[in-house]
Amino acid sequence: MRTFLKIVIFSLAVTGVYAFFANIVIPQVRPAPPPVEEALDLGSMTMEQFVGLGEKVFNDICTLCHNPVGGRAPLMIQAGKDGPPIGARAEERVKDPTYKGKAKNGEEYIRESENFPSAFVVPGYGVKGTNDTVSPMPVTTSGAIGLTDAKVDAVIAYFQTNAGVPVTVKIPTGAPAPASTEAAAPPAAPAKTPEEFVAKYGCGVCHKVAGQQGPICPDLMHIGTVAMTRIKDKDYKGKAKDAAGYITESILNPSAFVAPGFPPGVMPPDFGAKILAQEFNMMVNFLSNSK
Amino acid sequence: MKLFSVVISKGLFKRGFIAALFFFAFLFALPLLKPAKFFLIGTNTAHASEQAVTTEKLPDAEAKPEAKKEEYQPAPKLKASDYPQNKYINGRVMAWLTAQLHLWFAAFVLAVPIFVFIIEAIGMATKDERYDKMAYEFIKVSLTAYSVTAVLGGLLLFTLVIFYPDFIKYMSGVFSSTMLAYAFLFFAESLCLYIYYYGWHAMDTGFGKWMHLTVGWMLNVVGTTMMLLTSAWASFMMAPHGVSATGAFEGNVWLAIHNHLWNPLNLHRFVANIAFGGGVVGAYAAYKFLSVQTKEEKAHYDWMGYTANFIAIAGLLPLPFAGYWLVAEIYATSQQMGITLMGGSFAWWFIMQAILIGGLFLSANYYLWCGMERTKGAERYIKYTKYIAFVIVMCFLVWFTPHTLVLKPGELKALGGPYHKYLGPLGIMPAKNTAVNIMLIFTFLSFTLYKRCSKIATVSWAPLGNAIQAAIFTAAVINVVICGVYFGYFTNTVYKVASSVLQVGSTLTVLISVTIIDIFMFKGAKEAAPLEWGKMPDRSQYALFVLAVTFTWLMGLMGFIRSGIRQHWHVNGVFRDASPDAFTPTIGYGARVISTGVIIFMAIIIFIFWLAQFGAKKSFKAANH
Repeated sequence: MRTFLKIVIFSLAVTGVYAFFANIVIPQVRPAPPPVEEALDLGSMTMEQFVGLGEKVFNDICTLCHNPVGGRAPLMIQAGKDGPPIGARAEERVKDPTYKGKAKNGEEYIRESENFPSAFVVPGYGVKGTNDTVSPMPVTTSGAIGLTDAKVDAVIAYFQTNAGVPVTVKIPTGAPAPASTEAAAPPAAPAKTPEEFVAKYGCGVCHKVAGQQGPICPDLMHIGTVAMTRIKDKDYKGKAKDAAGYITESILNPSAFVAPGFPPGVMPPDFGAKILAQEFNMMVNFLSNSK
Repeated sequence: MKLFSVVISKGLFKRGFIAALFFFAFLFALPLLKPAKFFLIGTNTAHASEQAVTTEKLPDAEAKPEAKKEEYQPAPKLKASDYPQNKYINGRVMAWLTAQLHLWFAAFVLAVPIFVFIIEAIGMATKDERYDKMAYEFIKVSLTAYSVTAVLGGLLLFTLVIFYPDFIKYMSGVFSSTMLAYAFLFFAESLCLYIYYYGWHAMDTGFGKWMHLTVGWMLNVVGTTMMLLTSAWASFMMAPHGVSATGAFEGNVWLAIHNHLWNPLNLHRFVANIAFGGGVVGAYAAYKFLSVQTKEEKAHYDWMGYTANFIAIAGLLPLPFAGYWLVAEIYATSQQMGITLMGGSFAWWFIMQAILIGGLFLSANYYLWCGMERTKGAERYIKYTKYIAFVIVMCFLVWFTPHTLVLKPGELKALGGPYHKYLGPLGIMPAKNTAVNIMLIFTFLSFTLYKRCSKIATVSWAPLGNAIQAAIFTAAVINVVICGVYFGYFTNTVYKVASSVLQVGSTLTVLISVTIIDIFMFKGAKEAAPLEWGKMPDRSQYALFVLAVTFTWLMGLMGFIRSGIRQHWHVNGVFRDASPDAFTPTIGYGARVISTGVIIFMAIIIFIFWLAQFGAKKSFKAANH
């Protein structure tokens, strides 16, 4: 019986050590709650907002693979070894002899790529062993991604705007896209004030903003004014034209411009996937007016 | 290794090899079979969503027969209210715990018959009754565990029916034929196991022994087939196949079984089960070693513990490679899922995995080093153990160095960012791959030294053999480091991933070539000093317990990660989990559930060990007097 007890206590102690390590030593990162599809009020949307929606979809979802770091998929919004940005090169793809789809123009090509990614596989990006005939890209209009037709159109509009070619898609009219009928776990409540937003996303840990005194990242108390200076900076490589655009870009793509005197890579790049649409707009407005 | 040498020297190798060949052929030929009705059409590896689009969105695609569309409904779109709640029991935690406990016991009862069969065959070939006796004792422990497995399986089914009725209805709609087959196979396995166990002494000579061995073979075939079926259900939930994008079953169950992740999961489970089974019977032997008093009994359970540790290490060494294949296929199936796994929400869970695997390697090595005390011949090698320990600890430290640190503002400011200037690069995969391969190579070195403690090679080419082995070890380590450092940090991602294959190749080369050289070099070796079984310090037995508890914790952790990367999907991409508990928990929450499961599992298994004492005392006395 003594051995029995010793073994029981020893086993409990070993288990306890692992449980302690996982609970106390490893940081408790709380993953985002399951997503809830937003209802889009397309009827009241301007083209600029529609393009913004496409940009958000692209940054939230597509950049997981279409980014300059991993080399997993062709670049979409940057020019590079794959040619000009997709908005411009799509027109050329449909003329490629290896193209297997039915699109007649760039817009149709991009839409087809979302539904049937293997219609054209960019050389070097095919599934291994298929000689670039099968694309590893998932269908984005169904399954886990499940983009609506409106969102696909918004992404096309964003690609075309980004490439400087005429936007050929139209904002879908008619009834707003229905909210998802899929019930899900209740999402975290959207922040209603800048203070709530700052507390929710921990901006004050690094930034001086909305009553918080974060010491290690740029002061945001006057970012509405400072943003215009940054846009004119010779090192600025982003695409923003105004303070709101700069702030949007800094949140969604922090590496577009790193404020002088601050280290790169500190700002998390995944806020675009976490911040809810309505609180995002509220915060951008608040910061744009912080002068 | 002694087991392996016996197989070679006693001529069992040829028969064993053919038998093993048939066994593995059976395992891996299933995907190639295409009987007309059960497997309606041939195999392909298109994914559900891709397949659905191919058929639904391309105008020229072949239309599905209308009858099929009407016969099977899409996956239901559920609301939170569709999940029954119980005031006192959380359905998710209940399902999590029962599924995990069932898997632990199932892994144990599937693994034990595999090595019991091999040990019995060795005993039969060598006519050494010790093997037979040990095999019988192993199967006796697994017999009690078998009943617990069945009870937990029933509890899991009830839990799913009560808390996830729509999910179980959907899964049984797709897999009805395999679920019925599973139930019938359960009967077959019970029958084989009872004949195998209760017929052990009745069929212990001549043709009877062959018959007994054949029953053991059938037990393993049935058990492994059951594992393949359950793996099909689990892998389908991750990589649905044979269903439309809305989850409607297309009528061909073979496509659903042979999904993209089925075979990688089969292999990983098969190897992991053996390592886990070895770990648990090692704990049994340790428990008995600490409980018994006589020298003979101590010697017996020491030998049993050594054999169990050998089995656990033999399973542990190839496990990272099987895991690597599984993860590569997860990436190939869904990059999104792969990134969630390794770089997203679950990245910190892998730091915990590193801790646990470090614990496994250190305890297994420690047990081997303690084992050197069994013979005076080990004095030649004991001086090297401190260097091996140093290398393994360093590799362990590299393995659990995180890439991105979660810091307080002051710490972030002091560090100048979330990445440490020097330690940050150790957080990425090339460093981890390098560390784990070196850890494997040095563990194998520990084992190689242990094997030769009591022997002196007598062949004339022994010095040359030793030099070649040393050269192989050295070249492999250099190659692993160069592949990790040069291709990992100074070239692009494509080479970074590809270089890991070279690293694995180096490790496998060491394992295979050094083993082959050893077999021939120590043929007819003379004894350096007698090997005294039972001459082990008690602390070494606790290392076997660390091994068992750590294996159990690790299986719980990795089981959750594999399942958890589906996030808020019952069946990835086609059937959403809308329950209030569909969130991905923090690692602390997960650790508390896993630890609870480990404690329940260990409590039951130690109770089973304790129960086994009653009969064992009597039979040991009868056998020795």
